[in-house]
Amino acid sequence: MTLLQNNFPTFLQGFGYTLLSSIIALIISMILGTFFAILQILPQKWVQKIGNVYVQVFRNIPLLIITFFFFLVVAKVIPMNGFTAGTIALSLYTSAFIAETVRAGILSVDNGQMEGARANGLSFSQSMRYIILPQAFKIALPSLGNQFINLVKNSSILAFVGGLDLMYQGNMVAATTFDTFSTYIIVALFYLVITLPLSYYMQNLERKLKHAA
Amino acid sequence: MEKAKKRQFGIIATIVLAAVIVLGLLWATTAAKKNEEHQDTLQRVQKLGRIVWGVKADTKLFGLMDTKTGVAKGFDVDIAKALTVQISKQTGVPMSAEFVPVSSSSKIQLLKNTNIDGTVSTMTITPEREKIIDFTNQYFDAGQSILVKKDSGIKSIKDMNDPKYKIIVIVGTTAAEETKKFAPKAKLIAVQDYATGMQALKAGQGQAMSTDNAILYGFATENPDYQIAGGTFTHGPYGIAFDNNQRPMVRETNKALAIIKENGTYNKLIKKWFSDVPGLDWHELEAK
Repeated sequence: MTLLQNNFPTFLQGFGYTLLSSIIALIISMILGTFFAILQILPQKWVQKIGNVYVQVFRNIPLLIITFFFFLVVAKVIPMNGFTAGTIALSLYTSAFIAETVRAGILSVDNGQMEGARANGLSFSQSMRYIILPQAFKIALPSLGNQFINLVKNSSILAFVGGLDLMYQGNMVAATTFDTFSTYIIVALFYLVITLPLSYYMQNLERKLKHAA
Repeated sequence: MEKAKKRQFGIIATIVLAAVIVLGLLWATTAAKKNEEHQDTLQRVQKLGRIVWGVKADTKLFGLMDTKTGVAKGFDVDIAKALTVQISKQTGVPMSAEFVPVSSSSKIQLLKNTNIDGTVSTMTITPEREKIIDFTNQYFDAGQSILVKKDSGIKSIKDMNDPKYKIIVIVGTTAAEETKKFAPKAKLIAVQDYATGMQALKAGQGQAMSTDNAILYGFATENPDYQIAGGTFTHGPYGIAFDNNQRPMVRETNKALAIIKENGTYNKLIKKWFSDVPGLDWHELEAK
């Protein structure tokens, strides 16, 4: 408990950075993920290929390597700090998983929906936006929730590149106080402060949408 | 038929899961008991006939993993071997030396958990650390320096006391704390290990990396574009560490250390590892 009191500002700073990185990565990865999901189901074969390659590349490389790539390689050309490098890597990595989730959602919407929309005179992009995507997201919601929680936990990757996040501050506190065990328990509790409300919110959203249908 | 099969599978899965949990708990409690039984390090190493040393795997000249053989090599490793031989002689119990790679941030926890018996891992003796672990007498005289690019124009740590500078340090090292005192305005970037630190320096994530001079010399020999700037600004000799309240083990090790210094083994190792370092007068490191 004294450990928490003595280092509270440190933990709080880390908490702030973790939250910030998670929110930025969540927004970017949702946009990118949806974009690449749509690429993969467009009728043009070469467009599908692009989406597919993107997803396969970022889904199958460990997050740590993507992070180091931005921190150690890309930073030589475009200067960026650990926080930026980590957040970019986190966004790209998560977007690949979100793309898969959303694609599965889109595919599970009945074919007739698209045909019906097109028959009613909507363009492909209109039917996508108004008819298919809303249904797809509803189907994909539970697995999207999983991805968001993974994203928050994966943000601990920032610690490896001096990203000032919760895990990083935890490492610093553990290194100076030598009280490794208690420190990481406190860090875990801080993560729960983000992830538990998030999963509760996602569950609530699911329930609401179910009733709305 | 289908349903019955499913149920059967469910039951088997539950049993397996329960067995795993129970076995895990049993193993954990016996492991904990074992630790209690072998609280005394000297007794433990004599009984088991081996000393498990924590050594670095990422520090050239002190402890670096040879990727071909998978064995760590360096001054620390050789010191640990020499000490093991000497302690075996003193106690009359033949013991072998085993090596476990440790990092700056993990070594104290590993000592506490008795995963390792002792550690020779470029570890600076500090009052804070002495509260929770036991140190032997110093076995290497070190001090903190900075490594910078040759054309950077940075002459010493004092030049870096400016918010525009970033200094790369390693989590869990004394350098991480000390650097703040000498350049309070500079920003610190802490990474997990020396290899990442050096790569980050090359990638321009900071203008300098700061840690003990001896470790930096290792990097300077490998990277001719980089140099040590301004000599050492702290005095932080290295000690061999054991878990706390291990007086008998510390006493034996100190005795062994004094003997290998006297019989020339120590100086031979200094010569072996440090005579080729450019810019380092290795004779200064010899035991007198």
